[in-house]
Amino acid sequence: MQNVYIHQTNIISPLGFSTAKNFMELCNGKTALQPTQFTEPIGSIFAGKIDKDIFQEHFSSLNSAFVGSTIEQYIVAALLPLIQQKGLSENTLFILSTTKGNIKALEQNNIQAAHLFETANHIKNYFGFSRKPIVVSNACVSGVMALSIAKRFIQMNQAKDAYVVAVDELLPFIISGFQSFQAMSNQRCKPYDETRNGVNLGEAAAAVYISTAKEDNSIEIAGDANINDANHISGPSRTGEGLVLSIEKAMQEAKITASMVDFVSLHGTATVYNDEMESIALQRTNLLDVPVNSFKGYYGHTLGASGLLETVLTVECMKHHVLLPSIGFEKIGVSHPIQVIKEKKSKTIDVALKTASGFGGSNSVIVLKK
Amino acid sequence: MYYISKYIEIKEGCIYKNGELEMQSSTSDFSDMMKEWYKSLHLSYPKFYKMDDLCKMAFIASERLLEGETSKEIALLFSNSEASLDTDIKHQQSIQTTDAYFPSPAIFVYTLPNITIGEVSIRHQLKTESAFLVSDEYPIEEMHTYTEYLLQHKKAEKVVCAWIHKLENSYHAFFYLVENQGDLPHTKQIINKIFI
Amino acid sequence: MEALKQELKERIIDVLNLEDIEIIDIQDNDPLFGDGLGLDSIDALELIVLLDKEYGIKLADPKQGKEIFQSIETMATFVAENRTK
Repeated sequence: MQNVYIHQTNIISPLGFSTAKNFMELCNGKTALQPTQFTEPIGSIFAGKIDKDIFQEHFSSLNSAFVGSTIEQYIVAALLPLIQQKGLSENTLFILSTTKGNIKALEQNNIQAAHLFETANHIKNYFGFSRKPIVVSNACVSGVMALSIAKRFIQMNQAKDAYVVAVDELLPFIISGFQSFQAMSNQRCKPYDETRNGVNLGEAAAAVYISTAKEDNSIEIAGDANINDANHISGPSRTGEGLVLSIEKAMQEAKITASMVDFVSLHGTATVYNDEMESIALQRTNLLDVPVNSFKGYYGHTLGASGLLETVLTVECMKHHVLLPSIGFEKIGVSHPIQVIKEKKSKTIDVALKTASGFGGSNSVIVLKK
Repeated sequence: MYYISKYIEIKEGCIYKNGELEMQSSTSDFSDMMKEWYKSLHLSYPKFYKMDDLCKMAFIASERLLEGETSKEIALLFSNSEASLDTDIKHQQSIQTTDAYFPSPAIFVYTLPNITIGEVSIRHQLKTESAFLVSDEYPIEEMHTYTEYLLQHKKAEKVVCAWIHKLENSYHAFFYLVENQGDLPHTKQIINKIFI
Repeated sequence: MEALKQELKERIIDVLNLEDIEIIDIQDNDPLFGDGLGLDSIDALELIVLLDKEYGIKLADPKQGKEIFQSIETMATFVAENRTK
C-alpha cells in the first residue's frame, strides 16, 4: 500500500496569510485572541477574528479575479499559492472540511447559498478540479478527518494527490450557540489549567497538498482513525473511549508504540470536560510522558479548520525541531499528570500525533512521521 | 467480495425494507409520522423526542436496518445534500432579532449533521469509524470506495451507508448494510439500481 | 404558587420534549435530575434559557442552576422571587 505525504501547506488566520508567517508569530509567543466586538446582544468576547480590511488587502494582492462570499475567499486565499506551485491533474482530489460553511447566507434567508456543496462547487469550478469535491462536515474533528479520508482514498488508488482545505467563519450563528452552552470563557482560554473555564472561538483556513511522492521535507501520514464515543451527543465520554480507541488504532497502523511518540498536538479546548477527558485518554494510552500542547491559546477554537490548522503547525514543529508552549496554561488542572509544554524548546520530533474531538462523540487521530 | 445484505428506504410516508413496503404512515405530517413509527417499535428511548427531524429519521431507519444485529463493529457513513440546514434555519430564527434573542442549546446541538451518527452510535453502542459527507446527490462512487476501504483494511466488520435528507418539506432516507454475506453484490451499479 | 408550579410542569414537558410524561406524573418535590425525570446536561442548559425567555431571569452564574432546578418546588420558589416578567 502506498505511503501518503504532506507537502506544501498554507494558513490564513488573524496571525498572517502564510504558514511561515503564522509559525513565526507562534514562535514569538503571539496570540490572535483579543476582545472582539460583535453585534448586540453578543457584544465583546475574547476571539480570534481575521481583520476584514487586512485580509481584503491581501486577497486583492493575489489577483485571483475570484468573486464569492467571505468564507470562499478564505478558501481561495489558502489554496491558491499551493495550486500555483503544485498544479492539478484530472484525478486530483479536492476535499473541503467545514462545520458550517457559508452559514452567513442564512442571515439573508438565502438557504441555497448556505449549502456546503454550493461552496465546494464554486471552488472546484474556479480552480478547475475535474473530480467532484468531497465535503466533510463532522463537527470539530472535520479537519483531521478530511486528511484521514484523503489519505485513504489515495491508498485505494482513487487518486495520486489531493488538496485538503479546512475552514470556518466566526459568526453570531456559532457564537450564540456556544454561549447557550455556557461553554465560553470571558478571558483568554487556558487549556488544561486548573482555572480553565471555557473556550475562545476563532476563525481560520488551512490547506495542504498531499501525494504519494516522497520529497525531502515531506511528512508521512502514517496512521489514522476516527472512532466514536457512543456516549453523549455533546459531552465527551468521561473515560475517553473514542479517543483512546482512535489513538490505539492510528498508532497500530503506523506501527509505533507510545515510547516512540515525540509530541502530541491535542484538541485542548479549555472546557472542564474536554481537557479532563484527554488527560484520561493519554493515561490509558501510556502517553503521559510525552510533551503535549493545545494550539487553542494562539487561535481560539477554529472549529472545522482547527484539526487541519493544528496539523500544519505540528508539521512545522517537526520540520523546525521545536516544541511550542501551550499558552494560557500555568498550573495543571486535570486528573492525570500530562506533560503540558510550558516553554518553547528545541527537540527532535520524528513522530507526532494530532488529535481532535467534537460534538456527536466524534474523535479523529493521525500519526505524522518524518 | 462484499454484499449489501439489507436496505431500508423512507419516502412518501412509507418505510420499505429490501424494496418491499413495510409500513405506511396514517399521517402526512413529518413529526407525527416519526412519532407513529417510533411508537410502533415499542421502545423505551425517551431521547428520541429530543432529536431534530434529521436525527429522528436516522434513528428510525437504523432501528429497522440493524434489527437483530449483534455485531458492534459496524461503521457509519452518512451523507446528504443539506448538512443540518433544516435545524440551522430554526437556530438562525432564534437569534435573528435582538429583542427576541433566545438561542437554545437543545436546538444548537443539532446544527451539525454528524449528530445523526452520534445518536445512532449511542443507541447501538457502536464505537466505530464514521464520517458525514455532504454532496449534491448520493455520492455512490465515494461511499463505495470508502466502504470497501474500511472492510478490506479490517477497520470495520460491516458498514452502514446512508443518505439522510430532510429540508423543510422534503425528506428521503436510504440506508443499506454492507458486509461479507448477502444477496446483492456491493457494486456501484447495484447501489444505483436500488437507490431510486 | 400552585398555578406557577403547574405552569412550570407544563413548560418543562414542552420545552424539554418529555412526550411520554404528563403533568400529573411530576411531583412537586421529585428530583428533576438524576433518577427523577432523567434530565441531562443539555436539559439543564435549556432550563436556564427558559428562565430568561419566560420569566426574564438571567442567571449570573450558570452553576446556580444545580440548586434552582432540584425540583419543581425549588424552581417555583426561585421564579416567584426573581421574575421580571
